[in-house]
Amino acid sequence: MNKITNRQVICEVLMERAAQDKDIVVLCSDSRGSASMTPFTEKFPEQFVEAGIAEQDLVGMAAGLAKCGKKSYAFSPACFLSTRSYEQCKIDCAYSDTNVKLIGISGGISYGALGMSHHSAQDIAALSAIPNMRVYLPSDRHLTRHLINALLEDQKCAYVRTGRNAVEDVYESDEACPFVMNRANVLMEGDDIAIVAAGEMVYPAVKAAELLEESGIHASVTDMYCIKPLDTETLLKVAGNAKAVITVEEHSPFGGLGSMVAQVIGEHCPKTVKCLALPDAPVITGTSQEVFDYYGLNAAGIAQTAKKILG
Amino acid sequence: MKTNELNALAYELRKNVMDIIKAGKGGHIGGDMSVMDTLVTLYFHEMNISPKNMDDAGRDRFIMSKGHSVEALYAVLAGKGFFPLEEVLSKFSQFGSEFIGHPNNHLPGIEMNSGSLGHGLPVAVGMALAGKMNHQNYRVYVVMGDGELAEGSVWEGAMSAHNYNLDNLCAVVDRNRLQISGGTEEVMKQDSQVERWKAFGWNVIDVKDGNNIQELEDAFAAARLCKGSPTVLIANTVKGCGSSVMENKASWHHKVPTQEEYEQIMKDLEARREVFCHE
Repeated sequence: MNKITNRQVICEVLMERAAQDKDIVVLCSDSRGSASMTPFTEKFPEQFVEAGIAEQDLVGMAAGLAKCGKKSYAFSPACFLSTRSYEQCKIDCAYSDTNVKLIGISGGISYGALGMSHHSAQDIAALSAIPNMRVYLPSDRHLTRHLINALLEDQKCAYVRTGRNAVEDVYESDEACPFVMNRANVLMEGDDIAIVAAGEMVYPAVKAAELLEESGIHASVTDMYCIKPLDTETLLKVAGNAKAVITVEEHSPFGGLGSMVAQVIGEHCPKTVKCLALPDAPVITGTSQEVFDYYGLNAAGIAQTAKKILG
Repeated sequence: MKTNELNALAYELRKNVMDIIKAGKGGHIGGDMSVMDTLVTLYFHEMNISPKNMDDAGRDRFIMSKGHSVEALYAVLAGKGFFPLEEVLSKFSQFGSEFIGHPNNHLPGIEMNSGSLGHGLPVAVGMALAGKMNHQNYRVYVVMGDGELAEGSVWEGAMSAHNYNLDNLCAVVDRNRLQISGGTEEVMKQDSQVERWKAFGWNVIDVKDGNNIQELEDAFAAARLCKGSPTVLIANTVKGCGSSVMENKASWHHKVPTQEEYEQIMKDLEARREVFCHE
């Protein structure tokens, strides 16, 4: 079981690069601990800005810094970053075209029993609806490393959602993760059904495909970490020959991966698209895994859905 | 330019604002007129910003946080040579135009987009922080409306500017005491701005007549001398400044003058301009 969280990897990458690149600036909203950014703040105090519990100021400051040549990385729990500072994300980052990377930590239902105030089940829909905003959900630590390194090379704003807990490796190593920016990774090939997942749902999607294989059903699995811009080319490739598509996401059923995939499939190769997501309601109390299991967002649930669709 | 020349220029540019609003068939005329002297003082006296140095990392930075007064900004930027006034007059609010009703950074001379109130100060704080981090000497200026101060994000920015001792940051509050629904003290009490900003740790300069360029020049000079704290100028202005037709009338927050009103206002503005020309 992997013990290294994606947020720790983000900290590692930024620390590796910050020594040579003094323009990298990290901002937190009293969230340096939960963002796993404490080592960065200790080693690079001059490249760190504490905003206090003030998310609007966090994002506004990040945009101002970026406008003056800095590479701003603004960390805050995804629930607050995507809603409390939504207008700053829209106007100061996307509309004003500033190089701010918004890192939504403890995304989705990572905070478990803390309740709906701390869940971000609408962030993908909200941020994706902003013109000039990109949205990424890395699946594991290896893909996270590639993604942050790639984001350090560009000048545009982006939203990255990462979970709180360590997740199982989807890829064996950094080298085994075939990363090309904005290109989804097809992890398994199969023509019966196409499973498209993002973030923490990719690993159970792979396990579901393995279960289906035991039953003679060949499922493809795609790691669609790039929600926006969605990799439609890869999507149409995996969906083209499949009888149906299943999307899996830790998000509201509205406006997330499922909605976007359905839009593309509906336009280019109409067929059944089943969207597995959280309910349009406050989720049941529990740890992430308990909640995922309850709503069928696990290997067994995905496999069962596939079998039902295929009859 | 001499102070009186700037005073005259401010009234000349107010006339251009009238033409911009007339051409675009709409505009936030009252706030344009109250903030004009602040903008003229900043762009023609105080700030190191010109069409020639916009790519210079050491230039000063300006944010029009009360973005609805964009017609005044357009008139001033045209006056500075960022684009021809004729272009503003022919394109303002027209289909497909980049001269929209709020600052748009696709236009030369505009750093940040605004429009929704309460955004400018936090962004200005970020710009001022970058200046400190890079050991650059540029100054950051942000102009806010007084109605805008009801936005909580303003006070988040005020808090962090003090926390980081940003003496390279100077805010201006265009305190014209009116907002769209009426007097600020009736809509949402804003007094005492001096006490509020002081409580947030700022150096506060109460500019008794914010439509007097000499007073504004002196205040900006005093702000430069303040070390260790950000400075805010509470510029006590008159909404609709320049003509009794529109002065101190909330109904002129956003308005297109009739032809008769237009002619009277232009006459009044010219009369005030001439006073300064002859002093």
